[in-house]
Amino acid sequence: MPAGLYRALLTVAGAMAAIVLAVAISSVAISAAGASPQAAFAALFNFGETERAVVNGITTMINRAVPLFIAGLAVAVGFRMNLFNIGVEGQYRIAAICAAYVGTLFTAPAPIQILVIIVVAAAVGGLYALIPALMKVGRGVNEVISTIMLNYIAINLAAFLVRGPFTGVREKGQLTTSTPPLPESAWFPNLNVLFEMFGLPAPRGGGLWGFLVVAILLGLGVWVLLERTRFGFEVKASGLNASAALASGVNPKKMVISAMVLSGAIAGLIGLPEILGDKHNFGSNFTPGLGFLGIAVALLGRNKPAGIAVAALLFGFLDRAQGPLQFANVPPSVIAIMQGTIVLLVVVANEITSRMALRREERRAAQHLGTNTPVEVKA
Amino acid sequence: MNTEALATAPPAVRLEGITKRFPGVVANHDIRITVEPGTVHAIVGENGAGKSTLMKILYGMQKPDEGTISVNGEERSFRTPSDAIAAGIGMVHQHFMLADNFTVLENIVLGAEPTTVGFLDTAGARRRIQELASSHGLHVDPDRLVEDLGVGDRQRVEILKVLYRGARILILDEPTAVLVPQEVEELFQNLRELKAGGLTVIFISHKLDEVLSIADAITVIRRGTTVASADPREVTARQLAELMVGSELPTPETRESTVTDTVELRASGLTMEAEGFRPAPKDVPAAEYADRLRREGRRLLLDDVSFEIHRGEILGIAGVEGNGQSELIEALMGIRPVHGQIVLGGEDISGWTTLRRREAGIGYIPEDRHRQGLLLEASLWENRVLGHQTMKPARKGPWIDRRAARADTARIIEEYDVRTPGVDTLALALSGGNQQKLIVGREMSGEPRFLIAAHPTRGVDVGAQAAIWDHLRNARAAGLAVLLISADLDELIGLSDTLRVLYRGRFVARLDPSDVTPERLGGYMTGAIAGTEET
Repeated sequence: MPAGLYRALLTVAGAMAAIVLAVAISSVAISAAGASPQAAFAALFNFGETERAVVNGITTMINRAVPLFIAGLAVAVGFRMNLFNIGVEGQYRIAAICAAYVGTLFTAPAPIQILVIIVVAAAVGGLYALIPALMKVGRGVNEVISTIMLNYIAINLAAFLVRGPFTGVREKGQLTTSTPPLPESAWFPNLNVLFEMFGLPAPRGGGLWGFLVVAILLGLGVWVLLERTRFGFEVKASGLNASAALASGVNPKKMVISAMVLSGAIAGLIGLPEILGDKHNFGSNFTPGLGFLGIAVALLGRNKPAGIAVAALLFGFLDRAQGPLQFANVPPSVIAIMQGTIVLLVVVANEITSRMALRREERRAAQHLGTNTPVEVKA
Repeated sequence: MNTEALATAPPAVRLEGITKRFPGVVANHDIRITVEPGTVHAIVGENGAGKSTLMKILYGMQKPDEGTISVNGEERSFRTPSDAIAAGIGMVHQHFMLADNFTVLENIVLGAEPTTVGFLDTAGARRRIQELASSHGLHVDPDRLVEDLGVGDRQRVEILKVLYRGARILILDEPTAVLVPQEVEELFQNLRELKAGGLTVIFISHKLDEVLSIADAITVIRRGTTVASADPREVTARQLAELMVGSELPTPETRESTVTDTVELRASGLTMEAEGFRPAPKDVPAAEYADRLRREGRRLLLDDVSFEIHRGEILGIAGVEGNGQSELIEALMGIRPVHGQIVLGGEDISGWTTLRRREAGIGYIPEDRHRQGLLLEASLWENRVLGHQTMKPARKGPWIDRRAARADTARIIEEYDVRTPGVDTLALALSGGNQQKLIVGREMSGEPRFLIAAHPTRGVDVGAQAAIWDHLRNARAAGLAVLLISADLDELIGLSDTLRVLYRGRFVARLDPSDVTPERLGGYMTGAIAGTEET
């Protein structure tokens, strides 16, 4: 079996074992919370009785997974070269409000309007990530600390902007403040047509977010960039062995800046599915915490786009079950426990499987040494 | 020491048949050493001879595959350094392991803090330290911050730290490497007092003159095994050097000279400060600035190093590790800034980045392949791309040309006899020799003009060594200019067309390899023969 395939199979097997173990641990937690694990897992897989309920369930899951996938990608770009961009949280929030506001300032044909909003979001996220990158390169400030601090600034700055300079007219009786509504040309078309193709009813609410397509393209783009280009190679080399990369002519400063800005630019897009597909503004009830979840998603997906997609869908699947769990009298915080244990166990499983793969390769290489013909020693 | 009085006492340390294998390499093989109590026992050997592995085994950091260790006549098996400490063995590392912002006292008790009902017993600790200090003549103020101490004082703190933990047998790993001559004398005075106090010292070094002046017994290690025991009263530095270097190995002789008249690389006045690089003021020429640094008494890692390498020439640089070799390499590769000028094939490359230098045809076989040469967790073909990511065949526009890179890796595996299941194997699965052959093959590809080969055969088996020597010779015949840095004196003498000796950042001798002996070379390297550039 080729070494690469063996490693991949081993990884998948490890992840499956970790999930099974996580289910077992969660069962204990559920029992401790006084609920029945069977009921909980039944609720987890219960997408509802009617076709409409099933469609709604799937839509909720995918709509949750899309921003998590983008967040995971953003974190993974940094992780790949041992840069811990904890600042994804702040970067996406500040990017979301700026993009949501800029989108209200003009009206253009839909493709242009949406494209401009996407570019603004990526630019703001990238610029905000440039700050810790410059601090690291110039003064050696650890990016973990600086990005955590910048998160506070970004979160509070966003909260200020939505109440102050960027605020829209608050409708009577509404408790939340938000930016002015985006013109209709900025509404990203939904993908409900996918359900209709199979003769299924359209989901309620904003439907299946069309940003899914952008996310898939982004995932492909990131994969190509990291796995196939010179830039990706330099990112990988810097992450695996910084001093070897330096000796090989990779400029570490340039790499820190470009990886961080790229991570921030991707982070900038995290809020857009929600803004363009559903809310059409940035409000004080905008979904928080996606950046931090992105760290878990990236870890779970081993920093590879395909793995991150699976991890994001898994998280979406679990988050979707919040409602059904409540109906089954199970505290929905069980979901958070499951997510936590899965991430932890998958990290442990990764460590074990990579060691197993390594030992196998060492054995194979040693076998080649075994078939050694004595080398003639020439003077 | 009076040997008759000790005749009945069991040896402090006795190593019997110690063997340690790493994948593909035997680091130690059938080591036998007997250290008498109350003596200073020196263990000498070249870099890479296996001294550090041996010490790690003795200090419990690694477990031997075979053999026994007995301490004071009792057989012991150490699993961790704590076991060794419990047996009364202490280690003073070459690189001090002290917390700078702690006081001497805090550093000494760190990890073995004396407590009275849960509180730190500072008074008791101070008393004990003062006792130890005065009985062994190790005078340091326990309340000073370590960051304010000089190197010699720090070393005394390290020794006190070990004594505080009750060690009766001290291992000192190249203790003089960081000291200036006066400090060395002080250290030796301390060691004599320790010895007088009945302690045993195991002293690891390759500075032969120092070993002769302090040791009561000497064991020589070469290629991972003990080759001789010597009495310092009866042996000369030259004989020791001969024992260290040995002569049964295949000698890498270059046949006819291929040196041409074309200068490929010229370095002039390379000077590097120990305290970080500061650019010279604009109106001051580099040479004058270097002079000024010297006058100010700054410690210079490289001091006015100038040389030329012609096409088809191998310039060998001899020197004990830590005398400026790494700095010279890093300066030539553009990894570390340096004063002075570097010209490659007529072009001034002093201000170029590492990448540009590599693209211009500089190859680099690093001294530490795991640190600078390989991505251990990446496949062999990705390691082939490393350092060549902007060059053919690895690159196609913004893309990495995977197919071409794989094909070229297969070529290297074939031509350089790298034993591997395939190009997708991770680099760390390979043995040291095969990793090194891959690196040599990589650095030779793309027709380099100038190659830096730092310890190209360190830690590789004899077969791979001969193969690497052949490749270097062939490349030289094809017109490659090579800078060879090595601790293996036979390799240096056998391969080089010209030899220079680097000592304390300066070239102290220019020698003709055809009429130099390893002993004479060793004399210049250790400073035993004072040399100037004119020799």
